[in-house]
Amino acid sequence: MEIFTQQLINGLVLGSIYALVALGYTMVYGILGLINFAHGDITMIGALVALTVVQALAAAGVPAPLVLVLAGGCAILVCSLLGLSIERVAYRPLRRAPRLAPLITAIGVSILLQYSAALIWGKQYIALPKLIEPAAINIGGAQMTTLQLAIFVLACAIMAVLLWFIKASRMGRAMRATEQNPDVAGLMGVNTNAVIAFTFVLGSAIGAVAGLMVVLYYGIGHYFMGFMLGLKAFTAAVLGGIGNVGGAVMGGLLLGIIESMASGYIGDLTGGVLGSNYRDIFAFLVLVLVLVIKPSGLMGQAGGDRA
Amino acid sequence: MSRGKLLEVRGLEVAYGGIRAVQGVDLAVAAGEIVALIGANGAGKTTTLKALCGLLRPKSGSLHYEGADVTGKPAYHLVRKGLSLVPEGRGVFPLLTVAENLAMGAYIRNDHDAIRNDFDRVYALFARLAERRNQLAGTLSGGEQQMLAIGRAMMSRPRLLLLDEPSMGLAPLMVQKIFETVRAIAAEGVTLLLVEQNARLALETCSRGYVMESGRVVLEDSAAALLASPRVRQAYLGE
Ligand SMILES: Nc1ncnc2c1ncn2[C@@H]1O[C@H](COP(=O)(O)OP(=O)(O)OP(=O)(O)O)[C@@H](O)[C@H]1O
Ligand SMILES: [Mg+2]
Repeated sequence: MEIFTQQLINGLVLGSIYALVALGYTMVYGILGLINFAHGDITMIGALVALTVVQALAAAGVPAPLVLVLAGGCAILVCSLLGLSIERVAYRPLRRAPRLAPLITAIGVSILLQYSAALIWGKQYIALPKLIEPAAINIGGAQMTTLQLAIFVLACAIMAVLLWFIKASRMGRAMRATEQNPDVAGLMGVNTNAVIAFTFVLGSAIGAVAGLMVVLYYGIGHYFMGFMLGLKAFTAAVLGGIGNVGGAVMGGLLLGIIESMASGYIGDLTGGVLGSNYRDIFAFLVLVLVLVIKPSGLMGQAGGDRA
Repeated sequence: MSRGKLLEVRGLEVAYGGIRAVQGVDLAVAAGEIVALIGANGAGKTTTLKALCGLLRPKSGSLHYEGADVTGKPAYHLVRKGLSLVPEGRGVFPLLTVAENLAMGAYIRNDHDAIRNDFDRVYALFARLAERRNQLAGTLSGGEQQMLAIGRAMMSRPRLLLLDEPSMGLAPLMVQKIFETVRAIAAEGVTLLLVEQNARLALETCSRGYVMESGRVVLEDSAAALLASPRVRQAYLGE
């Protein structure tokens, strides 16, 4: 039972990070019908920018909370500009091109970001300097660190505000209108190019926060870290129903839990043949199963895809 | 550029790739007029309206609105100037509620009290919409969607309203209702350019009309004269 509670906690924390990244995939897919494969790498850039800021400031003796805020702020700024430029330069010219063209471009942008990061930060793992000593809280025999709690609460707060924003604000309504019919949205006075650019910025900024969380959680960063994170978040988005923001939240949390549970029990289940280092298998098992059984995902409306 | 014209189109040409859908259309609408644009399927009426409201870029020709050259200006710019289109096939946002669709109509405005009044006005005009304000627009009937599309355009407080086949696919009673509303809108001083398959109804509603064939305007006259014209009677009134 302790294992169960423990893995549930770990899964929710991990899942909330997946969910944040999944939102970036799903929002862009919703509005453009494009899978922005570079999104995981935007998150990676956010993570490495945050790491660099932490390294510089921690060495200078700046207090930890301020370091975190500045690291997050710089990551958000860099990722927002990156998302804005990628949309403008790489995707907008291909808006009316066949679907394969922007998809290949997305993969190209992803590789470009990875190797640019390798040039800037090198290919070795970068360790996070000791910033805070998280305390542990006892929950039903399982442990939750204050860091885990902070990540989970912040992620949930961001998601709640985002869902509210899309549901109730004027801009959110314009985003949904643009998604459903860009021409008619234009007739209503919506500058759809600006709305699409805004969507990229929003997704990238949230990805930057997720990047900071990953760095804090695992204590390291790497130029290739966006690949696996991106694939898992993409899986989460597909699981929830790609294009559906509520679905991305649910898919992220669910995937985190599935992965944690599986890695917690995989040793017992396979008689010790497979260890918890095989956890990554489960994300892709989930992806394949969803694509085979219910490609529209848990919350996707059937036929809602504007293919 | 003559005075008193709200909209003036000169030598408009629009093409889809190699297909020349509109081939040199001249057209003018004065403030306060109700003008019909009729023609057979594929004549280029929708294409003309889309070019007028900025959804399509003309290949050549010029558009003047309120005396200013607006050739090539995007739709989101023109609607701010009071030029609004009710598109063919209604174009409601299917996954937004009725109220959210109307709110999109008022997207360019921020006079919140007046917007609230306009909501009430649209709901008074179309009681069916008032009952269904929290229903998703995609689940409305065709007639209700047409009411919503017109109501939504009204929410932008247009000066010039372009209507593309508002009667399409509607039962006679609903067509009556829609046209009553169109007349009521005109009576409020909104200038109208109306595209219709139902030529008789259009010409009976309007004061002036244009007839399009294969991308060109072939006739232009007062509605009464067009209704009496043998060519129109034979080709469009089924006589
Ligand atoms: N997106 C498009 N791509 C290519 N050709 C198009 C496109 N839209 C319209 N056309 C062509 O342009 C011509 C004019 O079409 P348009 O829709 O303007 O006609 P219309 O007068 O509105 O007809 P209807 O009364 O049937 O609505 C037609 O020959 C049509 O096939
Ligand atoms: Mg048409």
